[in-house]
Amino acid sequence: MASLIACPHCGPRPKEEFTVRGDAGITRPAPDAGEDAWYAYVYLRDNPRGRHKEHWHHTSGCRRWLVVERDTMTHAIYKVTDASAPGETA
Amino acid sequence: MRYSAFSVFLNALRGNKGWKPAWRSPVPKNHYDVIIIGGGGHGLATAYYLAKEFGVTNVAVLEKGYIGSGNVGRNTTIIRSNYLLQGNNPFYELSMKLWEGLEQDFNFNAMVSQRGVLNLYHSDAQRDAYTRRGNAMRLHGVDADLLDRNAVRQMLPFLDFDNARFPIQGALMQKRGGTVRHDAVAWGYARGADMRGVDIIQNCEVTGIRRENGRVVGVETSQGFIGCGKLALAAAGNSTTVADMVDMKLPIESHVLQAFVSEGLKPFIDNVVTFGAGHFYVSQSDKGGLVFGGDIDGYNSYAQRGNLATVEHVAEAGVAMIPALSRVRVLRSWGGVMDMSMDGSPIIDRTHIDNLYLNAGWCYGGFKATPASGFCYAHLIARNEQHETGRAFRLDRFARGRMIDEKGVGSQPNLH
Repeated sequence: MASLIACPHCGPRPKEEFTVRGDAGITRPAPDAGEDAWYAYVYLRDNPRGRHKEHWHHTSGCRRWLVVERDTMTHAIYKVTDASAPGETA
Repeated sequence: MRYSAFSVFLNALRGNKGWKPAWRSPVPKNHYDVIIIGGGGHGLATAYYLAKEFGVTNVAVLEKGYIGSGNVGRNTTIIRSNYLLQGNNPFYELSMKLWEGLEQDFNFNAMVSQRGVLNLYHSDAQRDAYTRRGNAMRLHGVDADLLDRNAVRQMLPFLDFDNARFPIQGALMQKRGGTVRHDAVAWGYARGADMRGVDIIQNCEVTGIRRENGRVVGVETSQGFIGCGKLALAAAGNSTTVADMVDMKLPIESHVLQAFVSEGLKPFIDNVVTFGAGHFYVSQSDKGGLVFGGDIDGYNSYAQRGNLATVEHVAEAGVAMIPALSRVRVLRSWGGVMDMSMDGSPIIDRTHIDNLYLNAGWCYGGFKATPASGFCYAHLIARNEQHETGRAFRLDRFARGRMIDEKGVGSQPNLH
């Protein structure tokens, strides 16, 4: 993981200010979507080796939820957006 | 060649020119009855037990790096079977029994040292939880002793018993727990498998899995196509990458776990000790270095390195438990890629493809499980039927609600 995360609200901040939640690529299914959809949502993960989108909370900063797109192999960060930005909310 | 005191003596007289490599470096054959992807501890143990216990010798182990380059050479070498839950306990106890006879079994000095594992407790509630765990262990025939503060103080006088926030009240001890020389485990299994005809092929990365009529027929590798009758995955942190080749999505995330070793010290810590108020575990190697570790970093990673924040956290927990550690210098730290499953327990099972088997999800408890994992997996591959101690580790337990959540934190892989 890179040492700095460029928060869209606070600028580049040390990684220690942030808390990771997990995979941002999964979408909560409708309540009646069926067992298979809920099983996939709760348990199955893409777990990519390479580009990966994750939810991070800027706990010691603006307290916004962010989507951090980064590389799980090189630790490089490609993009950080607010989780409420269009197209980012899973 | 069989290793013995006599062979050491004889070779010494002959100027040590008679030693042979412990295993061959064969050119892969066109076809094997069983191919195991991953030459780590579990893959090698599986090959060993397949050949020795189940008579399946036309086996290849494909390793993308070299033997010992993955997690089998990157752990803190602890063995124990102090588990609470029914699906776990008999399995890890089988592993402990196999550890106890391992060196004689595979004729290799793995330095199995049953020095005792102590889990410290710091509150009444934690003592009650450990009492429950200890009772569960004893009901399963595993040794467990609940020690009070004075008993622990006699064994480990250097602990911070009067820590203002987390005073030490006692410990749950498993005397049969301890440590094993991790590299020697890989080498011993590799040598034992090789002696029985298994081909260990290093620097051979699997790049694809070829299927025909719904069955696996072989693997594409960096050394060409190799056919197989049965294919067994044991790729640890890279399980997802391999499962992707057959469009199988797993309940696994890969995370990085760091471990540390200090400069060599005179004998100091006789046992394996774990901090009950944080996540910290330490033992002293035979070279004198303190080997210790803590939690995973918490984010998905395939890189074998972690962050300084975790280093700091581990050091803080260590000093809170043993104040004298504050003056110890750390020599090295390193990271391994853990296949964290969604309930913290492993998977040993068949898959949706008839002749494809899965061994994954070891989180960071894989080393102690190496012998039992190899034995149960070999049983499953050879007989197409799960060994009785591994029956709970099914792939479909997540869909069926039969989780084995030892820590009780739910489907959050970075919390296990």
